[in-house]
Formats: sequence, structure tokens, C-alpha cells
Amino acid sequence: MLIKLTGGAVYDPASGVDGKQQDIYIEDGHIVSKPSGDFQVDKEYDLNGKIVMSGAIDMHTHIGGGKGNIARILLPEDHRQDTVKRTPITRSGCGHAMPSTFVTGYRYAEMGYTAGFEPALLPINARQAHMEMADIPILDKGGYVMLGSDDYLLRLLTAKKDQKAINDYVAWTIQSAKAIGIKVVNPGGINAFKFNQRKLDLDEQNSHYGVTPRDILRVLATAVKEIGISHPLHVHGCNLGVPGNMQTTLDTIQGIGGLPMHLTHIQFHSYGTEGDFKFSSGAAQIAEAVNKNKNITIDVGQILFGQTVTASGDSMRQHANHKHASPNKWVTMDIECDAGCGIVPFKYKDQNFVNALQWAIGLETFLLVDDPWRIFLTTDHPNGAPFTCYPHLIRLLMDRSFRNDVLSTIHPEAQKMTTLASIEREYTLQEIAIMTRTGAAKLIGLKDRGGLSSGNWADITVYTDNADRQLMFEKPDYVFKDGQLVVVDGKVVSTKWGTTHTVKPDFDASVEKDLKDYFDRYLTMKLGNFKISDDEMTEDGRGSLTVHPLRNQS
Amino acid sequence: MTVITEVPSPFCGIGTDDLIIRVDGVSLKVIENGCAVNTPAFEQAITDTSPRVDGKEVSLGIAVAKAAALLKDTNQPVIGGCATDVNGMRALLALADRCGAVVDNMNFTGARNNFLAMQDTGWMNTTLAEVKNRCDLLLVVGTDLEAFAPRFFEHYLWNKESMFLDNTGNRQVIYLGKAPSGNASTSPNGQKAKILECATEDLPDVIAVLRALVKDQPIRAASVCGIAVADLQAIATSLKAAKYSVVTWSAGALTYSQAELTVQTLSEMIKDINNQNTRCSGLPLAGKEGDQTANQVCGWTTGYPARTRFSRGYPEYDPYLNDTRFLLDNNEADALVWVQAFNVNAVPPVTNLPTIVIGRSGMTFEKEPDVLIPVGTPGIDHAGHAYRMDNVVAIRLQKLRDSGLPSTAHVMNAIEQALQER
Repeated sequence: MLIKLTGGAVYDPASGVDGKQQDIYIEDGHIVSKPSGDFQVDKEYDLNGKIVMSGAIDMHTHIGGGKGNIARILLPEDHRQDTVKRTPITRSGCGHAMPSTFVTGYRYAEMGYTAGFEPALLPINARQAHMEMADIPILDKGGYVMLGSDDYLLRLLTAKKDQKAINDYVAWTIQSAKAIGIKVVNPGGINAFKFNQRKLDLDEQNSHYGVTPRDILRVLATAVKEIGISHPLHVHGCNLGVPGNMQTTLDTIQGIGGLPMHLTHIQFHSYGTEGDFKFSSGAAQIAEAVNKNKNITIDVGQILFGQTVTASGDSMRQHANHKHASPNKWVTMDIECDAGCGIVPFKYKDQNFVNALQWAIGLETFLLVDDPWRIFLTTDHPNGAPFTCYPHLIRLLMDRSFRNDVLSTIHPEAQKMTTLASIEREYTLQEIAIMTRTGAAKLIGLKDRGGLSSGNWADITVYTDNADRQLMFEKPDYVFKDGQLVVVDGKVVSTKWGTTHTVKPDFDASVEKDLKDYFDRYLTMKLGNFKISDDEMTEDGRGSLTVHPLRNQS
Repeated sequence: MTVITEVPSPFCGIGTDDLIIRVDGVSLKVIENGCAVNTPAFEQAITDTSPRVDGKEVSLGIAVAKAAALLKDTNQPVIGGCATDVNGMRALLALADRCGAVVDNMNFTGARNNFLAMQDTGWMNTTLAEVKNRCDLLLVVGTDLEAFAPRFFEHYLWNKESMFLDNTGNRQVIYLGKAPSGNASTSPNGQKAKILECATEDLPDVIAVLRALVKDQPIRAASVCGIAVADLQAIATSLKAAKYSVVTWSAGALTYSQAELTVQTLSEMIKDINNQNTRCSGLPLAGKEGDQTANQVCGWTTGYPARTRFSRGYPEYDPYLNDTRFLLDNNEADALVWVQAFNVNAVPPVTNLPTIVIGRSGMTFEKEPDVLIPVGTPGIDHAGHAYRMDNVVAIRLQKLRDSGLPSTAHVMNAIEQALQER
């Protein structure tokens, strides 16, 4: 079937098209060139006056894995505020802070998103993460597998194994867990918490292994580069949420020595200690460092006011943060000599000085980083706010007067501590398209996604231009996923199953010899039972695997 | 005849995956690393292979059509048991969503003691590999651990090597409440577990005093429910002196009213210890017959654990009112679907309601169900996934033989499909 999208204003940063009216043709799930000669269009959509972008990609969103499911089970009262009925074509479920899997897929699609990436796949819990994501309809998905607090890596470092040994282990792990990137969370800190350390600075040693976060970041970032994984090492740094952690973040940027590195939810790592409350914005210094160091990419982890739940692999910091739990209940876990997690419900309040300033710090970061190709729009769902807040966030970025109106309502002392009112920048549609589409696809290394030229998969979102950008981005006219019309006027009209994006870097097969010995001696599962097979991802008839080229292969 | 090694078990809850099983046609023999729980569960013979309607053998298609016909005009059927693998639960939940059913895992009344505590104040827990490598003190509360999981001690406490303990034989084991039924808790050095016995229903008082002692609150009484306060003080001191103590309990063994408060007191005590400059973690025991699997899959599909109803078109969780037994006793259900792919002895409650059983081959019934569809067992007749007791690890179950029995998922999907077409 040949579909024609006629006359829309196209924003496609991948091919440098910035609002030009042009037609798009879709056939067999892909965008195709205008066929030559006589041809018949089977279905035409008149998009005159409409805005066309590729499907949005959330490059950091907690949509699959054990901690998210603990968060769900923990919060029945939150689900009861947002029940979702079944319809003839959609399943029932729950919404708000941590929606059920089916509702996650529908609500992302209804905002024009067609892919989401789980940033904290624990190797031992990767199976669960993939099973949950297999129950998220419409979206493509993928995950970054977590290393850095696993005892195996720390033992390699203590034993002074060479970089090749590290690379083999990293490549083996990414294949075993069916991931597309490598994540590190509070490098070594989750492990240190098991030895009763309650904080771990960049140059502080793990009390058992004598290894520092700086060492871990360096070897993992090197491994990612040498193996050829497109996505830079995805880093949740040390000292999350600690006043003064801006300096840790600046030191982390310096310490990586020019290697590609992605600093995630940087808002939570951009705090100074100035002012009466000893809590201040470090956004300007962080943005300056990001602007200067082209090897660095970031996503923001914007907070927005209201109830949510924080779910993180960072058991050390989540334990420390439990005193802010609202409602007052929380869970932490130590997990399988592999990692950990912590789940703490949060209610961000605009009349709370710290929360109000966190809000401003995130927005300052967005507005002070110059290059939209190196910054990504996230709330670290659900940690800063549920992903359903994205249209509101986009309006804050694109509409200065709206932003300043909201600013004038937050805690007055926080207003005094932010430069936000003086920042004139308003994001353009093309910058939003870079940040939420093309840039994300490029950063993750997705071939054939995030662009609208022929050859790309037909993941396409069509909006009606509206000066109220929140209304515009909340309710796309049409969303196509792999060429199938899945959303009309902001409502799901049909569903399908997306693919799971992965990479398959090579490793020296002998790496399994030491691993098998380690599994047999210390872990609770045989090595052969640990690795996720292709069958597991596809045998239910819904899932599929897409393997993307490595950096040196593309 | 073949021999299959490294077979994972969905039965024991502790994720044993070193079984060696001989397969001869459809008969299985555990030849190494069996235990009192796993061996009979694997070796259970196949009896029925054919579905029955009203006691008469029929094709799968006819049985599925009859099941759909029974469910078609119901207002609130109950799907009980819920003992299957991940794909089975997915299909079960899809069917429940379509026909407005109640979904209720058969172990939920026990598990409720954990869920109520967790959903009220939370907890700090750990998993089996951490126990294996770090635990220097295990406190077992109200539970006969070796009866629950016969190989727990061998696998996770008396393992020869651990990464962080010089000699695993020096680990300390303390029982509080129920005494162990055997000697599995005696260390390879011959060090016996310390046992402080009390009646199960006295645990609330005993645990309350223990928590108070952990918090250095003065206790005037000299003994509580037959246990000397000095002995409890010694436990409190040991917990605070240990580097990585672990407190374990089986929610289902706490068989008294409002036992969730005991779980909560234990969990809050664990948090207290973590505020006194050392580490301590909980380890709730479960993972039998797909209970964790049911709660996990129901969790991501609905937001709630597996005692949830769909009768209003969206999921509603109620840990009391959605109890199968309660619904049957109060005439609030109009059909019963019983799903049990693991245990032939776990048969449905007897009821006069239309009853559909999707069960492991080998079940016998006091009252023949309207529809019986024998299904394969995950990890024996088909591949699948099941959650271990610690809830983080989903084990990959293997297919060991060709029995021709369909999976739970296949049958539930077929019934849903038939309902859709009617």
C-alpha cells in the first residue's frame, strides 16, 4: 500500500529540512522516494497547515525492569487516581506516575513517541526488563545494561586485568543482556553501600576493592569506545542530589579525558552550596563545561511539580533520600552481587525552596547549553516527573512568557536564586525535533530511525501548529509506526508491536571460561541459564530483534 | 533416553538450576541434586492427555469452545490458582481483562502479609547471591526453612567459597519462633543454630520486643511468651554487630490474624539496624508454584499484585474482597476458572458454579469440573519463565520432553480468541 502525506511543513534535522512544505511517501513500513512514472496512491492525507516530524524517541525512561515494577506495586493509591478502561482495541491498566506496560505504550504513542529506552537494565534482571517491555505496545524499545558496581568488574580492576579483558566482559554482557548501550550508576557506589559505605566521591575508594569511581568511569568509557558501541557510556554520576555535587560533575567531565560520555539527568547533579539555604544552581557552570567539551552529551532529568515516584539503581543515594519520601514508604534492594535499587515516592512542591530551585536548574540547563544535538529532553521518567508531562515541558522551553509566568508562582527565595527570568532563549521547532528525535537516534546509534528521508522506517508524527505548544504536542493529528496509522487526534486507533534495538559487539570467546568459574563459585545461576537467547525475545510472536551496526561498521 | 543437565526448577522457589534429569519418553527421573520438593514435582507422571467436557473426552477445540460458552455471559468470573509461567499469566490476564474476571493467586492470602507491609511502609531487602557471599548472620523468623526449601542451606549458607567471608561455616544461624525440622542449619563445622522457640501466634509480642531492644528501648519484663528478654537482647546485639545480617520469613507461615504487622515490625527493625552504622536486609521467602510470577506479571500489566478484578473494565486491587474463597462463599462469582500448571494436588475449591480447570495432567477431582484441559508444566513440557523467591531473578525454564500437552498460554489465548469470535 502506498500512502502519501501531502503538503505538511516538515521538520527533519536529519536531512536539514527546517519547516519546508514537502510530500512524504510510505510503502511497506518505510519512507520511500516519490515513485517514478505513473503510480497510484492508495491513501492520501492532506497535511496542509500541519507540522510533520519523525516519531519521538525517549532516550532515557524507566519503562522496564524490577525497580519500576516495585514502584508500581508500592503505589496502589496513585493508580486509583488514574484508572484506564479497556476498549475494543486497547487493554485496561493504570496511569499516572508509573503506568502499566500497556498504558505506557498507548500514552507515549498518543504524544507522538515511537520509541523508548530503559536506561538501567541490570544484567541479572535484564530478562524481566525485556519481558515488561515486550508488553509495551506500539513503541520500539531497548536498554542500556548496568555495570560498575558488579563484583566481577571490580574484581577485574583489583586484579589489574588489562583493558582487553574489560572490553571482552563488557561486550559479553551487552550481548547476554540484549542491550544497546552501557550504563553506570553511582560508579562503584551501589557496591560500596553493601559494605556499609554511605557516600562515595569521585576519588574515594571502595573499602573492599580499593577502586574509585574515577577508575570505573575511565575503563568503562574506554571499553565502550574500543568495542565500537555508538552510544557513549551512559553515566549517572556520584553524589546524586547532594548540595555541592556540581563540582563532582565538573570533575567527572574533566576526568574522562575527552572520551565520549553521556551524563544523564544532569539536573540532579548540578547543585551548589550558596545562599541562605546552602543550596544553589550550578547550571551555568555545568552548561559552560558541556558547551566546551564536545565529547559530552547530557539529558536533563527535569523535575515538574506534583506526585511521582523515584526508581533508581542508586541504592546508596536512594537510601539517603528516603527521609524525603512522600508518602512515607520506600524500598531498597541489594541485588545478586550485580547492582541494587531504591524506590522512593516524591512529591515535588513549587512552594518548597529546594524543589522550586530544582525546577529552575533543569530549565536553566536546557536554555544555557548551546548545541541541541548534545542535550536531550527527559524527566528521567518517573523520577523527575511522569513522561506524560513532556508537552508541558516543551511549552516551558518554547514560550518565554509562559515560563516566566510559572516562575513567578514558585517559592520566592528560589526565584531570587535563579537567572531563569533573564534568559531569553526560546527553543524552535527544529531544535525540539533535534532533541527529541534525530539527535536521540544519532546518540543511540539507531540506523533508519529519527529521520524522514527515504529509507527510514516510517515512524511519523503530525501535529497541528498551535501557539500553545503544550496543546500542540499533547495531541498529534496522526502518528504512524512503521507505516501503520496508530494514533488519530491524540487517541490510539490501532496497535502493533515494536522491535527491540540492540548491538552485538564481538568478544573473545575465552571470556566465558573465567566467567563460568565465577558463576559456579559465587553466583546462584549457571552461566548458560544467565544468557538471554534470541528465542526468548521472539517466541511469543510479538517481539523482534534489530541489531544495529557498531560505530566502525556504519 | 537422554540426560539433561543444569535443569532449572520452578518448584522450590530458590532457583535451583543444577538438576540432572533422565528423560525416557515422557517419564522423568531426577538422577542428581534432587530434593523433597523438586524430585516428586519433576517425576509426577502424566495421566490425562485429553480434555474433558462433563467428564467425556473431547478435542481441545471443543473444550475451548465450551469454556468460552461458559464464560460468555458471566458478570464476574473468578480465575483462581494463577499458578503458571510468565506467558501463561500474560494470557490469563488478557482473558481476565476481556471477560471482566477476578484474578487471584492461590498463595495470595499468605503473601498479603508481605504486600500490606510493603505498601504501607516499604522495606530493605536482598537476594540470594548477596546471602551466599555476604550474610554473616541469618535470623529465621517463624519458618521451618529447610522444609520450605530443602537445599537452601547447602546452596546459600554452607557454600564452600564466598567472596567476602573467610569461612562460611562460621556464619551464625538463629531461629526465632518455629524450630527447624532437621539439621540442615548446622554448619559444616558442627556449629548448631541457636533456637528460641515460641508459639507462632506469639511472634507479634516477641518481634515487638526485639525491635524495641534494637532501638535501645528499656524493657521491664524478664521474659516474653516464654523467651527470656536477655536472649532477645543477645539477638539484638548480634544483629547490630554483624556486618551483613539477613532476616528471613515466610509470609504464609505467619498463620494468625494481622500478621502483616509482624512483617512490618521486622521490616522497620531492619531499617533501624541500617541506621546504626551497619547493614541488614530482609529476605521474604516465596516463589512457589508461580506466586511471584503471578504478582510480577499482574504488577506490570495492571499496577497491582495478583488479587485484582476487571469487572468494571479496569483493574481494581483489593487484598481481601478479591479472595476466591470469599467470592465463592458470598455468591459474588458466577464461574470459576482454575489455573494450576505445577501441582496436581492443588485442586480447585468445590463449588456449584460452572468450573473450568486448566490443570497439570494428573489432577483428581472430588467433583468433575465442567471443562478440564490438561496442560503441560512450564520447565518440563515447554520452555518459559518463572520468578524466584527474591523477585529479581526470572529463571529461564527449559522444555525437557515432548508430551504434546499444550501450554497454559496456548489454552488461555484460545479461550480468549473464542470469546472474541462469539
